[in-house]
Amino acid sequence: MKQEQRRDLSAILLVLTVLLVLPLLITQSHYLISVLMNCAGVAVIASGVWLTFCIGRINICQAGFALIGGYVSAILIAKAGLSFWLALPLSCLAAALCGAIIGSAILKLKGIYFSMLTICLTEAIRLAFLNGGALTQGAKGITGLPQAFSGDSPLPLYYLGIALLALALGVVWRVHYSRLGGIFRAMRLNEDLAESFGVNVWRYRIMAFAIACGLGGLGGSYFTLFTQSVYPQSFTVEHSIYYMLFCFLGGLEYVSGAMIGAFSLTILFELLQDFQQYQSLIYGVLMIIVMLTLPNGLMALRALSWSLPLRKGAVK
Amino acid sequence: MMNTAQPNTIILEASGLSKRFGGLLANDGISLSLGSTSGKVTSVIGPNGAGKSTFFKMLAGFCAPSAGRVRLFGEDITGLAPHKISARGLVRTFQETTIFPELSALEHVALARQLSRRASDLQVFGGTAAARRDEERMRADALEILRFLDLDGVADSIAKTLPHGYLRLLGIAMGMAASPKVLLLDEPYAGLNPDETDRAVELTRKIAASGVSILLVEHDMKAVMKISDHIHVLYFGKKIAEGTPEQIRNNEQVIEAYLGKEDEDLGL
Repeated sequence: MKQEQRRDLSAILLVLTVLLVLPLLITQSHYLISVLMNCAGVAVIASGVWLTFCIGRINICQAGFALIGGYVSAILIAKAGLSFWLALPLSCLAAALCGAIIGSAILKLKGIYFSMLTICLTEAIRLAFLNGGALTQGAKGITGLPQAFSGDSPLPLYYLGIALLALALGVVWRVHYSRLGGIFRAMRLNEDLAESFGVNVWRYRIMAFAIACGLGGLGGSYFTLFTQSVYPQSFTVEHSIYYMLFCFLGGLEYVSGAMIGAFSLTILFELLQDFQQYQSLIYGVLMIIVMLTLPNGLMALRALSWSLPLRKGAVK
Repeated sequence: MMNTAQPNTIILEASGLSKRFGGLLANDGISLSLGSTSGKVTSVIGPNGAGKSTFFKMLAGFCAPSAGRVRLFGEDITGLAPHKISARGLVRTFQETTIFPELSALEHVALARQLSRRASDLQVFGGTAAARRDEERMRADALEILRFLDLDGVADSIAKTLPHGYLRLLGIAMGMAASPKVLLLDEPYAGLNPDETDRAVELTRKIAASGVSILLVEHDMKAVMKISDHIHVLYFGKKIAEGTPEQIRNNEQVIEAYLGKEDEDLGL
């Protein structure tokens, strides 16, 4: 395993371990648990955005797919009476399928054109749900969903979030560090080059985008479970932009980047709650600073250049 | 790398290829044939703006011709996607700008060995035994290709540490990784010093000798004259001559349109 890969894995394992142990140490604070649940959820969604960076596309429609995941879950649970154990994977699949269909149309675009279109797409998906009639219940949204787990303890739902985060990171890890990741990298560098050595670029673009959207749907579905509701305003363009910024902040070269970015920024803003109304402003300034001084994200910081003493080849 | 085609099949044939970009006719009915003997080196030359790059792109499927057909071993490949054309044995190389700075030479070639992968994407994702075997085989193949091109000495060097000449050769090695029957080389000698050019020319010969037909676009006249079996000359989108290096050197039209105007800075 290469140095970067070891560092990446170390970061993932460290965060996941802390997340697993933390509730045992702090048993009182429901507030902290809900903050961390929020972090885990957005990290799952942002890891999808991270994956689209791998193929050289800046994806600003992830909130739209999170919304699809959220609504599919809500409709399946509230209208079709499915259990959430079924609704969760189904909404992931539904989002991935939508991603594949929409992706096959828009992934021809590159650079700023793709990004602009994806911003519009977030808004289009929101409007679609807003005007979805009786099925989506307009601006009221779908509320009063049953609790996923009975009882007062938020811990089962918390650990579900950690499990989903681990799953999302596992999927992205396997894609990135296998031959597929090499193909994605080649496509990011030069799609013509990738195609010249026989890569069906069209297919892999859609594959990457569908996985990304699936992760968005999974995260959106998780949010629906723990807020027991979903509204058209649950995921908006603003969220899409945040997910992208999480990736920039964490680092685009590391699978853990999306997670690191999501946790740092989300926790930072919980600490700065008094300034909540300036969130966008602070985000904006922070991002300008990050891009100017830390173009490769937090994970590339020299100060963080440690890694667990992992056996060479222990994880491939 | 062996040419398995019928003895009398034309390896690569372009007939009447035209490309129109709005009002500009970049290629005007260009025809070219590589004949039926494999392992020959054919060059396409012409001043800047003659339409060489456009012609190359059309052959390899990177841009669709406005008119005309391309046939590879008798099969019509016009309008096929580039990756399908590569799979049929017509592979295009790129200039060195398309190198991954952090990967080693071996990893580059192994990555470009994509066409020989047998494990499905799902198997690769799951890291199954089949995928791991594939991975090992692709690395072994890559090492063999590097050895064949005398690049095995830098197999483990990280690309960003390699000198320019090596990167150019690495680009060719990546093309070879797709097991081409016809290799399109895009200005393989541009920006090389005379020593590096000699080395690259030698390598081109070696590849041709192994049975791969080579078609190259190049500005370096000395190298072109030295290596080519056959030369085609483009001028403002039209083919004005073809023949052996000797014939081209003495072709009046070429001298007038191209070589004779050396002083007038036509890109020579």
